[in-house]
Amino acid sequence: MSWPALIVLVVGAYGLKAFGVLVLGRPDSTLGARLEPLTSLIPAALFAGLIAVQTVGGDETVVLDARVWGVAAGSVAVWRKAPFVVVVLIAMAVTAFVRWQT
Amino acid sequence: MSTHRREGFVLAAAVGIVGVTFGVLADAAGLSLAQVVVMSALVFTGASQFAAVSVVDTGGSGIAAVGSALLLAARNALYGPVVARLLPAAWIPRASSAQFVIDETTAMASVQETDDDARDAFWWTAIWLWSLWNVGSIGGALLGSVIGAPETWGLDAAFPAAFVALLAPHIRKRPGQAAAVVGAALAVVFTPIAPAGVPLLVAALAVIPGWLVGRREAAA
Repeated sequence: MSWPALIVLVVGAYGLKAFGVLVLGRPDSTLGARLEPLTSLIPAALFAGLIAVQTVGGDETVVLDARVWGVAAGSVAVWRKAPFVVVVLIAMAVTAFVRWQT
Repeated sequence: MSTHRREGFVLAAAVGIVGVTFGVLADAAGLSLAQVVVMSALVFTGASQFAAVSVVDTGGSGIAAVGSALLLAARNALYGPVVARLLPAAWIPRASSAQFVIDETTAMASVQETDDDARDAFWWTAIWLWSLWNVGSIGGALLGSVIGAPETWGLDAAFPAAFVALLAPHIRKRPGQAAAVVGAALAVVFTPIAPAGVPLLVAALAVIPGWLVGRREAAA
């Protein structure tokens, strides 16, 4: 990767974050206040999307593999109110086990 | 140590190990150690970094690498309004804080009950995550292929499972449930037909059905 490309990436990645905080999240923005009912739902929408993509996403395809079992097991742990670290470890263990078995 | 600081550390530890993978991949794609250091410290948004190096690794152009990485980074802009009230008001500290507005910090902050806890969770997650992501990437770049594939350890399931825990408080009410179900469905439907990053931007539109459900409930 060339240095100029990397610098564009650095500037662009930060620019997007800064746009979110400084423009979309301006404290005195009436637009921000009016959009609050929508922005408060962003975590629900995006985190669910993120979980879906990370669980069944491949290289521009949908792949069902050992991750599905691991995330399902982790979800049961969340539902049973297991501590965070337990949720993560259960998901990893089940995924590793299913992968090893197949 | 309070619960959210411990959880922030656990999340960062998993991300740090993913950082090792990133370092290994970046090294294999021909990035210098200096480039890996600059990327992890300053780009600091994992999915974008993976996208950039895998495009470079498969012989893609710098423009293609930057383009796909920025598509994945675009969602960070949507996190701005979610965490904005927690960040310092003065211009320079506020602009600097923006660097740390990513999936993990937004998630840890957004599940706290009070703003004080949310602020604390945001910063502790940011500090742990930034440190361990950088240590991991540098380690990976230096060690190269000595470490086996992280998939063997099921690490690729650690991140989505962690986010199930972080999603849970957001789906206690009907509007959140609607947004989550539609968001996940849109992301899956668009995964095979759109470049990486786009499915998540489309998923963000799920706030609209969520909002409509909330409005109908309020009217009823």
